Amino acid sequence: MTEAVHARIQGEIDQSPVLLFMKGTPVFPQCGFSARVVQILSHIGVPFKGVNVLEDMELREGIKSFSNWPTIPQLYVAGEFVGGCDIVTEMFQSGELSALLAEKGVPHKAEA
Amino acid sequence: MQPAEIEALIKAAIPDAMVTIEDLAGDGDHYAATVISESFRGISRVKQHQIVYAALQGRMGGVLHALALQTAAPE
Repeated sequence: MTEAVHARIQGEIDQSPVLLFMKGTPVFPQCGFSARVVQILSHIGVPFKGVNVLEDMELREGIKSFSNWPTIPQLYVAGEFVGGCDIVTEMFQSGELSALLAEKGVPHKAEA
Repeated sequence: MQPAEIEALIKAAIPDAMVTIEDLAGDGDHYAATVISESFRGISRVKQHQIVYAALQGRMGGVLHALALQTAAPE
């Protein structure tokens, strides 16, 4: 069962250069931590896809074992796990997030 | 969870860790923690946080809903 959900997750990750597993949707985040990451991605002006784990309990648990990370949100860039709210915030404040996006060739607006 | 319990769990797994814990909401559920340890030198933030989450033995995301975490090696 876990392999199936992990394969599904990998499929999602492979399809979107910037993917955010979150609670709620980018338009209606349902958790403060998810909302903050959405805010950061919007501020940087990078297109991203949100996956609402609240609509899919199997995915909500599967993502935690997939990345060995116990919480949501989880941000993936170019197929790699970047981190949760704390790490994305730290990377945004230090400019590392923009640098990572540039390094991976992901178009984005603001230079943080 | 109580701050002392969080600190004890982290130090049990990371003996040289300097741990500071701030209670964000007074509800035993929302904390900010800073963990400084030589063992973090040269490894990614994600791995550093995973080490701390492992030390908390599965409480992160469960009993402990929110732990704003900052990790680093000593300056």
